[in-house]
Amino acid sequence: MGLFKINCHEGKMLCDKNQYKKSTTLWEKIKLSLYLIVCSECRSYTSKNVKLTKAMSNSKVQSVSTDEKNALKKRLAREMGQ
Amino acid sequence: MPSHKIDPTKWVDQYSDYLFNFTISRVNDREMAQDLISETFLAGLKSMKNFKGEASERTWLISILKRKIIDHYRKSNSKKGKAEVHINYKDEESEGDWLEERVADPYDKTAEGDLQNEELGEAIYKCLSQLPEKQAKIFRMKTIDNMDTEVICNEFQITPSNFWVIIHRARTAMAGCMEKNWF
Repeated sequence: MGLFKINCHEGKMLCDKNQYKKSTTLWEKIKLSLYLIVCSECRSYTSKNVKLTKAMSNSKVQSVSTDEKNALKKRLAREMGQ
Repeated sequence: MPSHKIDPTKWVDQYSDYLFNFTISRVNDREMAQDLISETFLAGLKSMKNFKGEASERTWLISILKRKIIDHYRKSNSKKGKAEVHINYKDEESEGDWLEERVADPYDKTAEGDLQNEELGEAIYKCLSQLPEKQAKIFRMKTIDNMDTEVICNEFQITPSNFWVIIHRARTAMAGCMEKNWF
């Protein structure tokens, strides 16, 4: 059972990783699932984390890429005479 | 007495994502949205002296952006008008009405959903703006841009374990903020 032993902090970190596809290994998923059975704090954290993931995907928010931001900054700087 | 100050050097980092989402939900064209944001920042620069500091910088930029979006609609509608077709109506009164007025708006069905998405997007960006800058950038790159962990680690010169600690802090803060503002 020692192999499955993780602490609350590790459990929460695994839960974070699990919110991103392909970030957790099967082994990590198993460890997390088993840990969630015994840790109510981690279950509560996971529930909030899943809500956040759903909200992020439902909102369909997009962002301006770093290159696009740099181009915008250059244009603004030019206009400001820098 | 004015309580807000203006600093154009921080506009892109602080407001471009928020303005971009505000715009894309209205114009539905990424390139056009970027042009409108760029025009908004330039117009903001030119009218900086009109900023009284009564509203926040973001609110002030949004008011400029709204005018830019309205101008964009006007321009595209005037172009569209040239391609419209008249049809013959049964009564004289309705003669000359545009054909498109008689067609149900296919976009109207999704209006409520769009509004909710937009409000959710605003809540997300509001929470994101409260995170420390580096945390916000890393969270955005991983969660919104779906970038690879390795690429982000290389860009910020951090180890994967540091990366996951930052993500953990960002997610904890975001979940707490969203709990207050949205859930």
